[in-house]
Amino acid sequence: MLSQARSRRHAVVTASAALCALTLAVSGCSGTTKDSVKDDTPAKSGKAEANPDAPLKKGLKIAFLPKQINNPYEKIVDDAGIAAAGEIGATGKEVGPSNAKASSQVSYINTLIQQKQDAILIAANDPNAVCGPLKQAMRQDIKVVAYDSDTAKDCRQLFINQASSEEIGRSQVRNIAKQLGNKGEIAILSATQNATNQNTWIQFMKDELTKPEYKDMKLVKVAYGDDQDQKSFQETQGLLKAYPNLKGIISPTTVGIAAAARYIGDSSYKGKVVLNGLGTPNQMRKYIENGTLDQFSLWDPKKLGYLGTYAAAALASGQITGAEGEKFKAGDLGEYTVGKDGEIILGPPTVFDAKNIGDFDF
Amino acid sequence: MTTMTTLTRYLRWDTAVGILLIAVFLAGTGTTEGFANTDNLSAALGDVSEIALIALPMTLLVVAGQVDLSVASMLGLSSALAGSLWQAGFAFELIVPVCLLAGAVGGLLNGWLVTRVGLPSLAVTIGTLTLYRGLASVILGDEAVADFPETYAKYAAYTETMPGTFVPYPVALFAVLAVGTAIALHCTGFGRSLFAIGAQEDAAWFAGIRVKRLKLVLFVVSGLVASFAGIIYTLRYGSARADNGLGLELVVIASVLLGGVDFDGGKGTLGGAVAGVLLIGLLTNLLTLNDISNEIQVIVTGLLLVASVLTPRIIAVVSERRHRRTAAEESVPVSAAP
Repeated sequence: MLSQARSRRHAVVTASAALCALTLAVSGCSGTTKDSVKDDTPAKSGKAEANPDAPLKKGLKIAFLPKQINNPYEKIVDDAGIAAAGEIGATGKEVGPSNAKASSQVSYINTLIQQKQDAILIAANDPNAVCGPLKQAMRQDIKVVAYDSDTAKDCRQLFINQASSEEIGRSQVRNIAKQLGNKGEIAILSATQNATNQNTWIQFMKDELTKPEYKDMKLVKVAYGDDQDQKSFQETQGLLKAYPNLKGIISPTTVGIAAAARYIGDSSYKGKVVLNGLGTPNQMRKYIENGTLDQFSLWDPKKLGYLGTYAAAALASGQITGAEGEKFKAGDLGEYTVGKDGEIILGPPTVFDAKNIGDFDF
Repeated sequence: MTTMTTLTRYLRWDTAVGILLIAVFLAGTGTTEGFANTDNLSAALGDVSEIALIALPMTLLVVAGQVDLSVASMLGLSSALAGSLWQAGFAFELIVPVCLLAGAVGGLLNGWLVTRVGLPSLAVTIGTLTLYRGLASVILGDEAVADFPETYAKYAAYTETMPGTFVPYPVALFAVLAVGTAIALHCTGFGRSLFAIGAQEDAAWFAGIRVKRLKLVLFVVSGLVASFAGIIYTLRYGSARADNGLGLELVVIASVLLGGVDFDGGKGTLGGAVAGVLLIGLLTNLLTLNDISNEIQVIVTGLLLVASVLTPRIIAVVSERRHRRTAAEESVPVSAAP
């Protein structure tokens, strides 16, 4: 046994040494590196002609593949999409993994291909892990539309973006300016100092504020609550203490706006300082009801699913191919235009207030 | 001979799993459109390729009464390492041996803690499960590295199959290694030593078997295979992430146990373990094709697993009772031995 085990170990060592030597010899200074393969991605295959007048095909099979099933937000998106499929004589369904791991969507794509679905709508857990199977699907003439979370650009035909960064940023300023009558000092309560999303939005907010109609408004401070409840709470407190003339706070993060609302709601500032920003109806419901704030905004997940279904159906019916500038009708939402890189923007965020908050549950 | 003992002799659990595998295949072919399609079979097989590869050394470990829970974390560590080196501009030909080396070192640490320090493998590998996953996160954070070279990536993808067949390359590699492992386990002294260690470690030691050395080798091979599976996984999904393969160790062990390998060691066949892996793979694929939700799928595999542990025990207990009863009946009149 001794000799056997020893020889086995020797074999392993020898083999790995040989492997190392061999690969080093083969690779030398010119192995396959990141830079050497940069340009060998194959070019996109030729596109079919779009026929904008083609009628929507009946009996299309449309499948939603969310990041994970039982995610309440995506359930609303998918249910709305499935309902929209019913409206246009298509069948919609939602399938997906029970965890949001990078690879867990792949086997679902494979089975959707076998089921010969006409279109797959996917909220990708990982932009690249799903690429191989999605390309396989497109080769078999299954249309692929990403929503909520995009895949790599060449792995889908369209991406439905819930809102453009520019629109989110500018609408935040527009909304609070209307509440303040276009004057007074405002502050921003953001997430972390290097949060990509928030920083892009804040850039657009600052740009919007340079417009002449906001000349009486002044951004005094951008505070960072790090998307932690406690820190955001304290930062709100700090802002209100440091700037006694502060009239409004924009918090473009769901954690921040909820914490700020909690502080303001229990303080003497309630009713004196306007709070606005991005929040979810379920989180903010009680603050709307007790009058801490009048409104906040976020994109409407139902519209996202609705638009997704119409976009997928338009693709599958040949109305569009995913090229920039093509137009299609998305039922009640009206006409949409395909933007750069196959992106379709849902539109400005929906404003939630006491009147409509009862219609939303997410 | 009673019917029951005949039954236990001829219908062992691993054979039953093999039959179940064929039954699932035939049922799928008959009922579900697209199941027997070669594309689908390639995808279904490709999906379990890492699990299947890791299951080979795992079978050897479990037969020897050991377990390695750190395999999926080692897969993730290998993936993270490959990702960060690739991003830093290293040649892929260099990255592969580095990852394999990391796997061997990780396996060596497991083996060293088990054999030299004398800790139980379950405890050791629960620790290294966390450790290796932690290292993976340190190396790559929550980044995802993509754009691996197509020259190699295509061999991991299920769409690229062995010429003229529907077998993806990793699965073909698995088939070759499985035959080798089966021969090693069932036809060599090495294999018999593993069974001996699993059945009675002290007795094996007194019989002159180098228990510690063999265990050490198994852990090193397990780490090595897990790190190689990490490279396949990374290429197959085209995405290197620290959380790749999270929780995969449980699927591997479930497959091995489902195949009738006794968790207490000393019993089992490699064929059974392979059948177990394929059964879980095909069943998952078939259920997904029929839009059975993930929760139900988990319940089905869970029940199968409980059945796989329970059934052989029940058969053993029943046959032993029968045996005792017949023995008692036969002891009154003196009878010749059968």
